[in-house]
Amino acid sequence: MAMPGLGRRGGIRPPRYSAAGLVSHGLTHRDWTPMWRRHELEPGYDVVIIGGGVHGLATAYYLAANHGISNVAVLDKGYIGGGGSGRNTAILRSNYLTPEGVRFYERSMDLYRGLAADLNFNVMFARRGHLTLAHNDGSLRTMRWRAEVNKLQGVDSEVIGPDEIKRLVPYMDVSAAARYPVLGALYHPPGGIIRHDAVVWGYARGADARGVHIHQDTEVTGIDVAHGKVTGVRTSRGPVSAPVVLNCTAGWSTLICDMAGVQVPVQTFPLQAAVTEPVRPFLDAVVVSGSLHVYVSQTDRGELVFGASVDPYPSYSMRGSLDFIEGLAGHVLELMPSLARLRLLRQWAGLCDMTPDFSPIMGPTPVDGFLVDIGWGTYGFKAGPVSGEAMAATIAAGKPPPLIAPFGLDRFAEGRLLGEKGAASVGH
Amino acid sequence: MILLTCPWCGQRNSSEFSYAGNVAGRPDPDQATPREWRDYLYLRDNTHGWVTERWYHRAGCRQFFVVERDTVTDQTRDPRAGTVSLNAAEPPTAEPPANQGAP
Repeated sequence: MAMPGLGRRGGIRPPRYSAAGLVSHGLTHRDWTPMWRRHELEPGYDVVIIGGGVHGLATAYYLAANHGISNVAVLDKGYIGGGGSGRNTAILRSNYLTPEGVRFYERSMDLYRGLAADLNFNVMFARRGHLTLAHNDGSLRTMRWRAEVNKLQGVDSEVIGPDEIKRLVPYMDVSAAARYPVLGALYHPPGGIIRHDAVVWGYARGADARGVHIHQDTEVTGIDVAHGKVTGVRTSRGPVSAPVVLNCTAGWSTLICDMAGVQVPVQTFPLQAAVTEPVRPFLDAVVVSGSLHVYVSQTDRGELVFGASVDPYPSYSMRGSLDFIEGLAGHVLELMPSLARLRLLRQWAGLCDMTPDFSPIMGPTPVDGFLVDIGWGTYGFKAGPVSGEAMAATIAAGKPPPLIAPFGLDRFAEGRLLGEKGAASVGH
Repeated sequence: MILLTCPWCGQRNSSEFSYAGNVAGRPDPDQATPREWRDYLYLRDNTHGWVTERWYHRAGCRQFFVVERDTVTDQTRDPRAGTVSLNAAEPPTAEPPANQGAP
Protein backbone atom coordinates (compact mmCIF):
# COMPACT_ATOMS: atom_id res chain seq x y z
CA MET A 1 0.00 0.00 0.00
CA ALA A 2 2.20 2.82 -1.27
CA MET A 3 1.10 6.35 -0.59
CA PRO A 4 2.67 8.49 -3.33
CA GLY A 5 1.87 12.13 -3.71
CA LEU A 6 0.07 12.67 -0.44
CA GLY A 7 0.36 16.40 -0.07
CA ARG A 8 -0.49 19.18 2.27
CA ARG A 9 -3.15 21.64 1.38
CA GLY A 10 -3.52 25.13 2.78
CA GLY A 11 -5.79 25.61 5.75
CA ILE A 12 -6.82 28.52 7.85
CA ARG A 13 -5.67 29.38 11.31
CA PRO A 14 -8.49 28.42 13.68
CA PRO A 15 -9.80 31.30 15.77
CA ARG A 16 -8.35 31.02 19.27
CA TYR A 17 -10.92 30.83 22.02
CA SER A 18 -10.13 32.92 25.07
CA ALA A 19 -11.83 34.56 28.03
CA ALA A 20 -11.29 37.97 26.40
CA GLY A 21 -12.96 36.71 23.23
CA LEU A 22 -15.93 35.47 25.23
CA VAL A 23 -16.38 38.88 26.89
CA SER A 24 -15.98 40.64 23.56
CA HIS A 25 -18.57 38.45 21.84
CA GLY A 26 -20.91 38.84 24.81
CA LEU A 27 -20.73 42.63 24.65
CA THR A 28 -20.88 43.06 20.88
CA HIS A 29 -23.18 40.13 20.01
CA ARG A 30 -20.98 39.40 17.02
CA ASP A 31 -21.57 35.97 15.50
CA TRP A 32 -18.95 33.35 16.19
CA THR A 33 -16.93 32.12 13.24
CA PRO A 34 -18.36 28.79 12.07
CA MET A 35 -16.20 25.96 13.42
CA TRP A 36 -15.93 24.21 10.06
CA ARG A 37 -16.70 25.18 6.48
CA ARG A 38 -18.82 23.77 3.69
CA HIS A 39 -17.06 22.75 0.50
CA GLU A 40 -17.93 21.55 -2.95
CA LEU A 41 -17.15 17.87 -3.35
CA GLU A 42 -13.87 17.67 -5.23
CA PRO A 43 -13.34 14.98 -7.92
CA GLY A 44 -10.54 13.38 -5.95
CA TYR A 45 -8.85 13.28 -2.56
CA ASP A 46 -5.75 11.53 -1.24
CA VAL A 47 -7.81 9.93 1.51
CA VAL A 48 -11.56 9.49 1.83
CA ILE A 49 -12.89 8.72 5.31
CA ILE A 50 -16.42 7.34 5.46
CA GLY A 51 -18.17 8.28 8.70
CA GLY A 52 -17.98 11.66 10.44
CA GLY A 53 -17.96 10.51 14.02
CA VAL A 54 -15.17 10.79 16.54
CA HIS A 55 -13.13 8.05 14.83
CA GLY A 56 -13.36 9.49 11.33
CA LEU A 57 -12.76 13.07 12.40
CA ALA A 58 -9.91 12.15 14.76
CA THR A 59 -8.23 10.21 11.95
CA ALA A 60 -8.60 13.22 9.63
CA TYR A 61 -7.26 15.55 12.32
CA TYR A 62 -4.18 13.42 13.07
CA LEU A 63 -3.52 12.83 9.35
CA ALA A 64 -3.26 16.60 8.92
CA ALA A 65 -1.68 17.47 12.27
CA ASN A 66 0.84 14.62 12.65
CA HIS A 67 1.58 13.60 9.09
CA GLY A 68 0.88 16.68 6.94
CA ILE A 69 -1.70 14.81 4.85
CA SER A 70 -4.56 17.27 4.52
CA ASN A 71 -6.08 16.49 1.11
CA VAL A 72 -8.66 14.44 3.00
CA ALA A 73 -12.45 14.24 2.82
CA VAL A 74 -14.67 13.06 5.66
CA LEU A 75 -18.06 11.94 4.32
CA ASP A 76 -21.13 11.45 6.49
CA LYS A 77 -24.60 10.50 5.32
CA GLY A 78 -26.16 12.58 8.09
CA TYR A 79 -24.56 15.18 10.33
CA ILE A 80 -21.24 14.77 12.08
CA GLY A 81 -21.44 13.12 15.49
CA GLY A 82 -24.99 11.92 14.77
CA GLY A 83 -24.26 8.21 15.19
CA GLY A 84 -22.54 6.47 18.06
CA SER A 85 -20.45 9.55 18.86
CA GLY A 86 -23.55 11.43 19.95
CA ARG A 87 -25.36 8.46 21.49
CA ASN A 88 -22.79 6.93 23.85
CA THR A 89 -22.65 7.59 27.57
CA ALA A 90 -19.31 9.44 27.34
CA ILE A 91 -17.46 7.31 29.89
CA LEU A 92 -13.67 7.09 29.65
CA ARG A 93 -11.51 4.38 31.21
CA SER A 94 -8.60 2.09 30.40
CA ASN A 95 -9.01 -0.80 32.88
CA TYR A 96 -9.34 -3.54 30.27
CA LEU A 97 -8.44 -7.21 30.51
CA THR A 98 -5.85 -8.02 27.84
CA PRO A 99 -2.43 -6.28 27.91
CA GLU A 100 -3.00 -5.22 24.29
CA GLY A 101 -6.33 -3.66 25.22
CA VAL A 102 -5.02 -1.92 28.33
CA ARG A 103 -2.07 -0.36 26.48
CA PHE A 104 -4.33 0.80 23.68
CA TYR A 105 -7.04 2.39 25.82
CA GLU A 106 -4.45 3.94 28.15
CA ARG A 107 -2.97 5.80 25.17
CA SER A 108 -6.51 7.03 24.45
CA MET A 109 -6.83 8.31 28.02
CA ASP A 110 -3.50 10.12 27.59
CA LEU A 111 -4.77 11.85 24.47
CA TYR A 112 -8.11 12.69 26.11
CA ARG A 113 -6.34 14.27 29.09
CA GLY A 114 -4.48 16.66 26.79
CA LEU A 115 -7.23 17.07 24.22
CA ALA A 116 -8.67 20.40 25.37
CA ALA A 117 -5.23 22.05 25.16
CA ASP A 118 -4.39 20.28 21.90
CA LEU A 119 -7.60 21.40 20.17
CA ASN A 120 -8.03 24.73 22.01
CA PHE A 121 -11.56 23.56 22.68
CA ASN A 122 -13.12 22.76 26.03
CA VAL A 123 -14.06 19.07 25.88
CA MET A 124 -15.05 19.09 29.57
CA PHE A 125 -13.10 16.04 30.64
CA ALA A 126 -13.85 15.27 34.29
CA ARG A 127 -11.78 12.71 36.19
CA ARG A 128 -14.39 11.11 38.42
CA GLY A 129 -13.14 7.66 39.35
CA HIS A 130 -14.72 4.54 37.88
CA LEU A 131 -16.19 1.64 39.87
CA THR A 132 -17.04 -1.74 38.39
CA LEU A 133 -19.06 -3.63 40.99
CA ALA A 134 -18.74 -7.32 41.71
CA HIS A 135 -21.85 -9.11 42.99
CA ASN A 136 -20.45 -12.64 43.05
CA ASP A 137 -17.20 -14.52 43.49
CA GLY A 138 -16.74 -14.97 39.74
CA SER A 139 -16.88 -11.23 39.07
CA LEU A 140 -14.59 -10.53 42.00
CA ARG A 141 -12.02 -12.93 40.54
CA THR A 142 -12.23 -11.18 37.16
CA MET A 143 -11.80 -7.79 38.90
CA ARG A 144 -8.63 -9.02 40.64
CA TRP A 145 -7.34 -10.36 37.34
CA ARG A 146 -8.04 -7.05 35.62
CA ALA A 147 -6.47 -5.07 38.45
CA GLU A 148 -3.22 -7.07 38.16
CA VAL A 149 -3.09 -6.75 34.35
CA ASN A 150 -3.78 -3.02 34.69
CA LYS A 151 -1.04 -2.48 37.31
CA LEU A 152 1.50 -4.32 35.16
CA GLN A 153 0.70 -1.89 32.35
CA GLY A 154 1.03 1.10 34.70
CA VAL A 155 -2.69 1.81 34.92
CA ASP A 156 -4.08 2.89 38.31
CA SER A 157 -6.59 0.17 39.20
CA GLU A 158 -7.34 -1.81 42.36
CA VAL A 159 -9.99 -3.96 44.00
CA ILE A 160 -11.75 -2.27 46.93
CA GLY A 161 -14.29 -3.51 49.47
CA PRO A 162 -17.83 -2.38 50.35
CA ASP A 163 -16.70 0.14 53.00
CA GLU A 164 -14.52 1.99 50.54
CA ILE A 165 -17.31 1.86 47.94
CA LYS A 166 -19.73 3.36 50.45
CA ARG A 167 -17.25 6.18 51.12
CA LEU A 168 -17.00 6.95 47.39
CA VAL A 169 -20.72 6.55 46.64
CA PRO A 170 -22.69 7.27 49.84
CA TYR A 171 -26.07 6.63 48.20
CA MET A 172 -25.23 3.08 47.20
CA ASP A 173 -26.84 0.18 49.01
CA VAL A 174 -23.88 -2.01 50.00
CA SER A 175 -25.73 -3.89 52.73
CA ALA A 176 -25.68 -7.68 52.81
CA ALA A 177 -29.49 -7.57 52.60
CA ALA A 178 -29.45 -6.25 49.02
CA ARG A 179 -30.82 -8.62 46.42
CA TYR A 180 -27.46 -8.52 44.65
CA PRO A 181 -25.01 -7.75 47.49
CA VAL A 182 -21.98 -5.68 46.53
CA LEU A 183 -18.92 -7.77 47.41
CA GLY A 184 -16.33 -5.37 46.06
CA ALA A 185 -15.39 -3.30 43.07
CA LEU A 186 -12.62 -2.63 40.62
CA TYR A 187 -11.71 0.99 41.34
CA HIS A 188 -10.08 2.94 38.51
CA PRO A 189 -9.41 6.50 39.75
CA PRO A 190 -8.39 7.99 36.35
CA GLY A 191 -11.73 7.05 34.76
CA GLY A 192 -14.24 9.77 34.08
CA ILE A 193 -16.66 11.41 31.71
CA ILE A 194 -16.36 13.94 28.92
CA ARG A 195 -18.65 16.04 26.72
CA HIS A 196 -18.93 13.76 23.69
CA ASP A 197 -20.31 16.37 21.26
CA ALA A 198 -17.46 18.71 22.14
CA VAL A 199 -14.94 16.03 21.22
CA VAL A 200 -16.54 15.64 17.78
CA TRP A 201 -16.76 19.39 17.22
CA GLY A 202 -13.22 19.99 18.46
CA TYR A 203 -11.77 17.42 16.07
CA ALA A 204 -13.92 18.74 13.20
CA ARG A 205 -12.74 22.29 13.88
CA GLY A 206 -9.10 21.24 14.13
CA ALA A 207 -9.28 19.13 10.96
CA ASP A 208 -11.08 21.86 9.00
CA ALA A 209 -8.47 24.41 10.04
CA ARG A 210 -5.77 22.16 8.60
CA GLY A 211 -7.48 21.83 5.23
CA VAL A 212 -9.61 18.70 5.63
CA HIS A 213 -12.98 18.83 3.83
CA ILE A 214 -15.95 17.77 5.97
CA HIS A 215 -18.94 16.78 3.85
CA GLN A 216 -22.19 16.23 5.70
CA ASP A 217 -25.35 14.90 3.99
CA THR A 218 -23.09 12.93 1.66
CA GLU A 219 -24.01 9.26 1.57
CA VAL A 220 -21.60 6.72 0.12
CA THR A 221 -23.53 4.51 -2.30
CA GLY A 222 -20.71 2.40 -3.70
CA ILE A 223 -16.99 1.70 -3.57
CA ASP A 224 -14.99 1.22 -6.76
CA VAL A 225 -12.43 -1.55 -6.69
CA ALA A 226 -10.24 -2.40 -9.69
CA HIS A 227 -7.74 -5.27 -9.71
CA GLY A 228 -7.98 -5.71 -5.96
CA LYS A 229 -7.30 -2.06 -5.27
CA VAL A 230 -9.71 0.66 -4.23
CA THR A 231 -10.01 3.55 -6.71
CA GLY A 232 -12.72 5.71 -5.21
CA VAL A 233 -16.23 5.96 -3.86
CA ARG A 234 -19.60 6.88 -5.34
CA THR A 235 -21.72 9.22 -3.28
CA SER A 236 -25.12 10.85 -3.35
CA ARG A 237 -23.30 13.99 -4.55
CA GLY A 238 -21.20 12.34 -7.24
CA PRO A 239 -18.13 10.14 -7.56
CA VAL A 240 -14.85 10.80 -5.74
CA SER A 241 -11.58 9.12 -6.65
CA ALA A 242 -9.21 8.18 -3.85
CA PRO A 243 -6.35 5.70 -3.46
CA VAL A 244 -7.18 5.24 0.23
CA VAL A 245 -10.66 4.75 1.69
CA LEU A 246 -11.20 4.29 5.42
CA ASN A 247 -14.42 2.81 6.81
CA CYS A 248 -15.34 4.37 10.20
CA THR A 249 -19.07 3.71 10.15
CA ALA A 250 -19.61 1.59 13.28
CA GLY A 251 -23.13 0.11 13.18
CA TRP A 252 -23.32 0.45 9.40
CA SER A 253 -19.78 -0.80 8.77
CA THR A 254 -20.79 -4.14 7.26
CA LEU A 255 -22.87 -2.30 4.63
CA ILE A 256 -19.81 -0.27 3.60
CA CYS A 257 -17.55 -3.35 3.67
CA ASP A 258 -20.07 -5.18 1.46
CA MET A 259 -19.66 -2.39 -1.13
CA ALA A 260 -15.95 -3.19 -1.29
CA GLY A 261 -16.56 -6.94 -1.22
CA VAL A 262 -14.87 -7.39 2.17
CA GLN A 263 -16.36 -9.83 4.68
CA VAL A 264 -16.05 -8.86 8.33
CA PRO A 265 -17.23 -10.72 11.44
CA VAL A 266 -19.46 -7.92 12.68
CA GLN A 267 -23.10 -7.89 13.74
CA THR A 268 -25.08 -4.77 14.54
CA PHE A 269 -26.93 -4.54 17.85
CA PRO A 270 -28.71 -1.53 19.34
CA LEU A 271 -27.64 -0.31 22.76
CA GLN A 272 -30.06 1.78 24.73
CA ALA A 273 -29.41 4.58 27.16
CA ALA A 274 -31.53 7.01 29.13
CA VAL A 275 -31.20 10.21 31.08
CA THR A 276 -33.08 11.61 34.10
CA GLU A 277 -34.11 15.10 35.00
CA PRO A 278 -31.20 17.16 36.38
CA VAL A 279 -30.62 17.14 40.13
CA ARG A 280 -27.93 18.58 42.39
CA PRO A 281 -24.54 16.91 42.19
CA PHE A 282 -24.48 13.85 44.44
CA LEU A 283 -22.75 11.17 42.40
CA ASP A 284 -19.09 11.76 41.67
CA ALA A 285 -17.90 8.36 40.50
CA VAL A 286 -19.02 6.41 37.46
CA VAL A 287 -20.74 3.26 38.75
CA VAL A 288 -20.96 0.12 36.65
CA SER A 289 -22.49 -3.25 37.41
CA GLY A 290 -21.83 -5.97 34.89
CA SER A 291 -24.15 -8.43 36.62
CA LEU A 292 -27.03 -5.93 36.62
CA HIS A 293 -26.22 -4.67 33.11
CA VAL A 294 -26.26 -1.04 34.08
CA TYR A 295 -23.94 1.94 34.37
CA VAL A 296 -24.66 5.28 35.98
CA SER A 297 -22.92 8.63 35.95
CA GLN A 298 -23.97 12.20 36.68
CA THR A 299 -23.23 14.86 34.08
CA ASP A 300 -22.02 18.36 34.82
CA ARG A 301 -25.60 19.51 34.17
CA GLY A 302 -26.85 17.19 36.92
CA GLU A 303 -28.64 14.60 34.81
CA LEU A 304 -28.06 10.96 35.57
CA VAL A 305 -27.03 9.05 32.47
CA PHE A 306 -27.87 5.35 32.40
CA GLY A 307 -26.66 2.79 29.94
CA ALA A 308 -27.18 -0.93 29.53
CA SER A 309 -25.83 -3.83 27.55
CA VAL A 310 -26.82 -4.33 23.94
CA ASP A 311 -30.32 -5.48 23.03
CA PRO A 312 -30.64 -9.28 22.85
CA TYR A 313 -31.10 -9.48 19.08
CA PRO A 314 -29.33 -7.85 16.10
CA SER A 315 -31.10 -4.85 14.57
CA TYR A 316 -30.49 -1.50 12.90
CA SER A 317 -33.49 0.02 14.67
CA MET A 318 -32.70 2.96 16.95
CA ARG A 319 -36.02 3.01 18.79
CA GLY A 320 -36.15 2.63 22.53
CA SER A 321 -38.11 -0.19 24.13
CA LEU A 322 -40.25 -0.49 27.23
CA ASP A 323 -38.41 -3.66 28.27
CA PHE A 324 -35.23 -1.70 28.53
CA ILE A 325 -36.68 1.03 30.71
CA GLU A 326 -38.36 -1.46 33.04
CA GLY A 327 -35.20 -3.51 33.44
CA LEU A 328 -32.99 -0.48 33.80
CA ALA A 329 -35.14 1.20 36.43
CA GLY A 330 -35.24 -1.98 38.49
CA HIS A 331 -31.49 -2.45 38.33
CA VAL A 332 -30.65 1.14 39.15
CA LEU A 333 -32.93 0.99 42.19
CA GLU A 334 -31.19 -2.20 43.34
CA LEU A 335 -28.01 -0.14 43.54
CA MET A 336 -29.39 3.21 44.71
CA PRO A 337 -32.89 2.87 46.18
CA SER A 338 -33.05 6.60 46.95
CA LEU A 339 -33.39 7.40 43.23
CA ALA A 340 -36.95 6.02 43.16
CA ARG A 341 -38.55 9.46 42.80
CA LEU A 342 -36.37 10.62 39.91
CA ARG A 343 -38.08 10.95 36.54
CA LEU A 344 -36.58 9.81 33.27
CA LEU A 345 -36.48 12.54 30.65
CA ARG A 346 -35.68 10.57 27.53
CA GLN A 347 -34.22 7.37 26.16
CA TRP A 348 -32.46 6.59 22.92
CA ALA A 349 -30.48 3.87 21.19
CA GLY A 350 -27.24 3.76 19.23
CA LEU A 351 -25.89 1.03 16.98
CA CYS A 352 -23.01 -1.16 18.10
CA ASP A 353 -20.90 -3.14 15.64
CA MET A 354 -20.13 -6.21 17.75
CA THR A 355 -17.25 -8.56 17.01
CA PRO A 356 -16.95 -12.15 18.32
CA ASP A 357 -14.16 -11.25 20.76
CA PHE A 358 -15.35 -7.78 21.87
CA SER A 359 -12.22 -6.17 20.41
CA PRO A 360 -12.18 -3.77 17.45
CA ILE A 361 -10.93 -4.43 13.93
CA MET A 362 -8.37 -1.91 12.69
CA GLY A 363 -6.08 -1.92 9.70
CA PRO A 364 -5.89 -3.19 6.13
CA THR A 365 -8.31 -5.55 4.38
CA PRO A 366 -7.83 -7.90 1.42
CA VAL A 367 -8.73 -4.91 -0.85
CA ASP A 368 -5.61 -2.78 -1.21
CA GLY A 369 -6.20 0.79 0.01
CA PHE A 370 -9.49 -0.06 1.73
CA LEU A 371 -8.92 0.18 5.47
CA VAL A 372 -11.28 -0.46 8.35
CA ASP A 373 -11.64 1.04 11.81
CA ILE A 374 -14.71 -0.90 12.89
CA GLY A 375 -16.03 -3.46 15.36
CA TRP A 376 -16.18 -0.81 18.06
CA GLY A 377 -19.16 -2.38 19.72
CA THR A 378 -19.89 -0.74 23.03
CA TYR A 379 -16.46 0.80 23.62
CA GLY A 380 -15.80 3.00 20.57
CA PHE A 381 -16.08 6.46 22.01
CA LYS A 382 -13.40 6.03 24.66
CA ALA A 383 -11.00 4.87 21.96
CA GLY A 384 -11.68 7.71 19.50
CA PRO A 385 -8.42 9.66 19.87
CA VAL A 386 -6.06 6.68 19.90
CA SER A 387 -7.72 4.94 16.98
CA GLY A 388 -7.63 8.22 15.05
CA GLU A 389 -3.96 8.61 15.82
CA ALA A 390 -3.18 4.98 14.97
CA MET A 391 -5.24 4.89 11.77
CA ALA A 392 -3.59 8.13 10.63
CA ALA A 393 -0.21 6.50 11.25
CA THR A 394 -1.38 3.41 9.36
CA ILE A 395 -2.36 5.48 6.33
CA ALA A 396 0.84 7.55 6.43
CA ALA A 397 3.21 4.60 6.86
CA GLY A 398 1.28 2.03 4.83
CA LYS A 399 1.19 -0.43 7.71
CA PRO A 400 -0.33 -0.47 11.20
CA PRO A 401 1.84 0.70 14.12
CA PRO A 402 2.66 -1.95 16.77
CA LEU A 403 0.01 -0.56 19.13
CA ILE A 404 -2.83 -1.73 16.87
CA ALA A 405 -1.14 -4.60 15.02
CA PRO A 406 -2.93 -7.20 17.24
CA PHE A 407 -6.34 -5.81 16.18
CA GLY A 408 -6.12 -6.70 12.48
CA LEU A 409 -8.89 -8.35 10.48
CA ASP A 410 -6.58 -11.33 9.86
CA ARG A 411 -6.76 -12.37 13.53
CA PHE A 412 -10.05 -14.21 12.97
CA ALA A 413 -8.72 -16.38 10.16
CA GLU A 414 -5.55 -17.04 12.17
CA GLY A 415 -7.34 -17.75 15.44
CA ARG A 416 -5.65 -14.93 17.41
CA LEU A 417 -8.73 -13.56 19.10
CA LEU A 418 -8.40 -10.88 21.78
CA GLY A 419 -11.08 -11.76 24.28
CA GLU A 420 -12.24 -8.59 26.01
CA LYS A 421 -15.72 -9.75 26.90
CA GLY A 422 -14.88 -9.83 30.59
CA ALA A 423 -13.98 -6.15 30.54
CA ALA A 424 -15.94 -4.71 27.65
CA SER A 425 -19.35 -6.33 27.41
CA VAL A 426 -21.06 -4.08 29.92
CA GLY A 427 -18.30 -2.50 31.89
CA HIS A 428 -18.33 1.16 30.95
CA MET B 1 -40.02 -4.27 19.21
CA ILE B 2 -42.84 -4.45 21.79
CA LEU B 3 -44.97 -7.39 20.69
CA LEU B 4 -44.10 -10.57 18.86
CA THR B 5 -46.60 -13.13 17.60
CA CYS B 6 -46.10 -16.75 18.57
CA PRO B 7 -47.79 -19.15 16.12
CA TRP B 8 -49.22 -21.08 19.06
CA CYS B 9 -49.88 -18.40 21.70
CA GLY B 10 -50.62 -15.28 19.67
CA GLN B 11 -49.34 -11.79 20.43
CA ARG B 12 -47.14 -11.56 23.52
CA ASN B 13 -44.62 -9.12 24.97
CA SER B 14 -41.35 -9.47 23.13
CA SER B 15 -39.58 -9.91 26.48
CA GLU B 16 -41.13 -13.41 26.65
CA PHE B 17 -39.03 -14.50 23.68
CA SER B 18 -35.38 -15.35 23.07
CA TYR B 19 -33.69 -14.65 19.79
CA ALA B 20 -32.33 -17.85 18.28
CA GLY B 21 -31.21 -16.45 14.93
CA ASN B 22 -30.34 -18.36 11.84
CA VAL B 23 -28.98 -21.86 11.58
CA ALA B 24 -25.62 -21.61 9.87
CA GLY B 25 -24.81 -24.52 7.58
CA ARG B 26 -22.00 -26.31 9.39
CA PRO B 27 -19.16 -27.51 7.20
CA ASP B 28 -18.01 -31.10 7.59
CA PRO B 29 -15.37 -30.95 10.38
CA ASP B 30 -13.30 -33.63 8.62
CA GLN B 31 -13.24 -31.86 5.27
CA ALA B 32 -13.27 -28.14 6.18
CA THR B 33 -10.11 -26.07 5.95
CA PRO B 34 -9.27 -23.95 9.03
CA ARG B 35 -10.34 -20.93 7.02
CA GLU B 36 -13.79 -22.40 6.26
CA TRP B 37 -14.19 -23.48 9.84
CA ARG B 38 -13.36 -20.05 11.23
CA ASP B 39 -15.68 -18.38 8.73
CA TYR B 40 -18.40 -20.69 10.02
CA LEU B 41 -17.52 -19.74 13.59
CA TYR B 42 -17.29 -15.99 13.21
CA LEU B 43 -18.95 -14.68 10.04
CA ARG B 44 -22.65 -13.83 10.25
CA ASP B 45 -24.97 -12.08 7.84
CA ASN B 46 -25.70 -8.59 9.08
CA THR B 47 -28.70 -8.03 6.85
CA HIS B 48 -30.13 -4.51 6.57
CA GLY B 49 -33.76 -5.41 5.75
CA TRP B 50 -35.96 -8.49 5.93
CA VAL B 51 -34.55 -11.66 7.43
CA THR B 52 -36.08 -15.05 8.20
CA GLU B 53 -35.01 -16.21 11.63
CA ARG B 54 -35.88 -18.41 14.58
CA TRP B 55 -37.21 -17.25 17.92
CA TYR B 56 -37.92 -19.23 21.08
CA HIS B 57 -40.97 -18.59 23.24
CA ARG B 58 -39.03 -18.94 26.45
CA ALA B 59 -41.67 -17.66 28.92
CA GLY B 60 -44.61 -19.24 27.11
CA CYS B 61 -45.06 -22.46 25.19
CA ARG B 62 -41.28 -23.10 25.07
CA GLN B 63 -41.33 -23.85 21.38
CA PHE B 64 -39.14 -22.59 18.58
CA PHE B 65 -40.74 -20.94 15.57
CA VAL B 66 -39.83 -19.02 12.43
CA VAL B 67 -40.66 -15.38 11.79
CA GLU B 68 -39.65 -12.75 9.25
CA ARG B 69 -38.32 -9.47 10.64
CA ASP B 70 -37.20 -6.20 9.09
CA THR B 71 -33.96 -5.39 10.91
CA VAL B 72 -34.32 -1.68 10.08
CA THR B 73 -37.75 -1.19 11.64
CA ASP B 74 -38.15 -4.39 13.73
CA GLN B 75 -41.53 -5.04 12.09
CA THR B 76 -42.35 -8.75 11.90
CA ARG B 77 -44.58 -10.87 9.67
CA ASP B 78 -45.59 -14.44 8.94
CA PRO B 79 -44.75 -16.26 12.20
CA ARG B 80 -44.96 -20.00 11.61
CA ALA B 81 -43.91 -23.37 12.92
CA GLY B 82 -40.80 -24.91 11.42
CA THR B 83 -37.09 -24.28 11.21
CA VAL B 84 -34.87 -22.23 8.93
CA SER B 85 -32.14 -23.96 7.04
CA LEU B 86 -29.42 -22.10 5.21
CA ASN B 87 -28.47 -25.31 3.50
CA ALA B 88 -30.57 -25.43 0.32
CA ALA B 89 -30.17 -29.19 -0.02
CA GLU B 90 -31.94 -29.70 3.28
CA PRO B 91 -35.66 -28.79 3.15
CA PRO B 92 -37.14 -27.07 6.20
CA THR B 93 -38.88 -29.50 8.51
CA ALA B 94 -42.61 -29.11 8.92
CA GLU B 95 -42.71 -29.44 12.70
CA PRO B 96 -40.40 -27.93 15.30
CA PRO B 97 -38.01 -30.66 16.43
CA ALA B 98 -38.66 -31.81 19.96
CA ASN B 99 -36.31 -31.24 22.87
CA GLN B 100 -34.08 -28.50 21.48
CA GLY B 101 -33.25 -27.27 24.95
CA ALA B 102 -32.89 -23.69 26.05
CA PRO B 103 -30.71 -21.52 23.83
